[in-house]
Amino acid sequence: MSSVKSPQRHGACAESPARPPRAHSRNALRALGLIAALALLLLVVGLGLAVGAKPISLGEAYAGLTDESAPAHSIVTEMRMPRTLLGLLAGFALGLAGCLMQALTRNPLADPGLLGINAGASAAVVSAMAFLGVTAYTGYVWFAFLGAAVVSVLVYAVGGGRGATPARLALAGTALNAALISYVNAVQLLDTAALDRMRFWTVGSLASADMDTVVRLSAFVGAGTLIALLMARPLNAMALGEDSARALGASPGATKGWTIAAVTVLCGAATAACGPIVFVGLMVPHLVRSLTGPDLRWMLPYCAVLAPVLLVGADVLGRVLARPGELQVGIVTAVLGGPVFLYFVRRRRMAQA
Amino acid sequence: MSVVRYRQWSVHAHPRSLAVGLLLVLLALGSSVLLVGSGEYPMSPARVVETLTGQGHPADVFIVQEVRLPRVVTGLLVGAALGLSGAVFQALVRNPLGSPDILGFTHGASAGAISVIVLFGGSSAALAGGAVVGAALTGVLVYLLAWRGGLHGNRLVLVGVGVAAILTGVNGYLLTRADINEAGRAVLWLTGSLEGSGWGNAVPLLLALCLLLPVVLLGCARGLRALEMGDDAAYSLGVPVERVRLVLLVCAVLLTAFAAAAAGPIAFVALTAPQLARRLTRAPGPNLVPALCMGAALVVCADLLAGRAFGDQPLPAGVVTGVLGGAYLVWLLATQRRAGRI
Repeated sequence: MSSVKSPQRHGACAESPARPPRAHSRNALRALGLIAALALLLLVVGLGLAVGAKPISLGEAYAGLTDESAPAHSIVTEMRMPRTLLGLLAGFALGLAGCLMQALTRNPLADPGLLGINAGASAAVVSAMAFLGVTAYTGYVWFAFLGAAVVSVLVYAVGGGRGATPARLALAGTALNAALISYVNAVQLLDTAALDRMRFWTVGSLASADMDTVVRLSAFVGAGTLIALLMARPLNAMALGEDSARALGASPGATKGWTIAAVTVLCGAATAACGPIVFVGLMVPHLVRSLTGPDLRWMLPYCAVLAPVLLVGADVLGRVLARPGELQVGIVTAVLGGPVFLYFVRRRRMAQA
Repeated sequence: MSVVRYRQWSVHAHPRSLAVGLLLVLLALGSSVLLVGSGEYPMSPARVVETLTGQGHPADVFIVQEVRLPRVVTGLLVGAALGLSGAVFQALVRNPLGSPDILGFTHGASAGAISVIVLFGGSSAALAGGAVVGAALTGVLVYLLAWRGGLHGNRLVLVGVGVAAILTGVNGYLLTRADINEAGRAVLWLTGSLEGSGWGNAVPLLLALCLLLPVVLLGCARGLRALEMGDDAAYSLGVPVERVRLVLLVCAVLLTAFAAAAAGPIAFVALTAPQLARRLTRAPGPNLVPALCMGAALVVCADLLAGRAFGDQPLPAGVVTGVLGGAYLVWLLATQRRAGRI
């Protein structure tokens, strides 16, 4: 019960001059944890640059990054840098989106995959490949984005628009997800050429990264992040139910609309760039909630840092474990992240949070 | 809701639920007759009914009894099993998303079957056995991991999702390690198809249903209804909460396992059938029997549509179930909102 009350308590703390000492130390602890998480992220990014088919030391990787004449310069800047940055951005986006989704639908199972957004992107991409003959990566990125956007608007509309309830949103998303995945399967089975091209996109991989994609992705992720951060406070109020949210000065309809917009932009961009990577958006918010409690103003930054740690870390491990080949990042995330997730479900009282 | 009494017994009768159930049974049987009649050797529905009642031409009898009837019966049974297990799971975890597709049991069945294909190159009987064993092991694992002095519904969901994610990774890994023929066979099985189903597919599932249906519908339905109101309410109504939950969990996992063994993991039936049934009957509670009928109707209609809609290229039923169930659910949600009902 105390965990449900905490956002309200901290909301009040921010304004009142006489803070209870316990909240003080708790916030300090959270800030320290965030710094530790950032350090972890830095380490993982360093490993992302150093580890690969030709392993180099962290020092050499740094030299390759800063000095054009260093021997590792081309490996680091042309191959590993875009890949690591893509993982960083995609993880960041998926973590934030998952966090927002679970807060909005108040359903622990909600993630971009279950709510049909990945499926919408997949359906648009497979349609573009099968019926419009789009083959270039730069072409179908936009279709993925369009698909994600159309599906999230549809989920919002079917789920009840401004009067949407969490259960109906979740249900509408699942129903659309089911229909779209079946559609994708049907098109692939009827058109083997589309299946062949689609395979490269659906594995959810960071391997095809280049700097152009990273730059484009970062613009969308920036916009999505801005909306996400603005929604933290109203979504906190919404956790107490819509009537309480209204009483606390939040507008439920606008909050839902803007949150859906943020999720669309974040997920659409990440999915378009690296294919449907599931589980990151589902798992990270649960882990984070067990660390910080349900206050979104802490959860969002934690998710934004820890999700890329998971994604880039899984990518690095995939390169190490299956040398000289590599394991797809989706597989590694699930097989290694899953047990960690289960451990937290058992250890903490996460399920009740 | 009205109560029918006879001496000391009483039964709740919900006229709308009865009507919906009856209509769904008629829909399932009608589609079955059409499905038996369709194929390379088409028969009119009248001839099919004649043949089924034992007055047909010997050639017709052979085709119907040996080729088409097993397929249709398998479809009906698979749909019924999935619909029922989905309804039980969704009521147990009190979450409309809590179907075996999402809680990892279907993934467990897939992992078992793929292991048999990839590691041992087993026959189709071994494959079915692998699916049952995989789902059962997953069930035990999820139960043990979720147990902490009781089985909290939300924890069960989270553990199931975590296990499902791990198994998805394992399945993906197994598929990348398989040679191309085995991978093809595994992918075909994973789509969920009634193609080539014989009596060998239908009979084990029929036996499982005969055994499990009475346990769920007669033994536990009352307890499940109480559980939907929360553990505390159920306790105070005299329901042995943990025991009922364990029995229901075992039954639902076994239903999923045998359904997957018979036809592969046919997608989204367990997820959509209970929700569709609940929306059509507008009755509270888990709606077990309407969900069962809805599942059967959904799978048979999907198979009928899959075989006919795309000309000479029949699709597996598992591809169409999602479109059919998902689109119908979206439509129901949209129209019910306009009518002011949730």
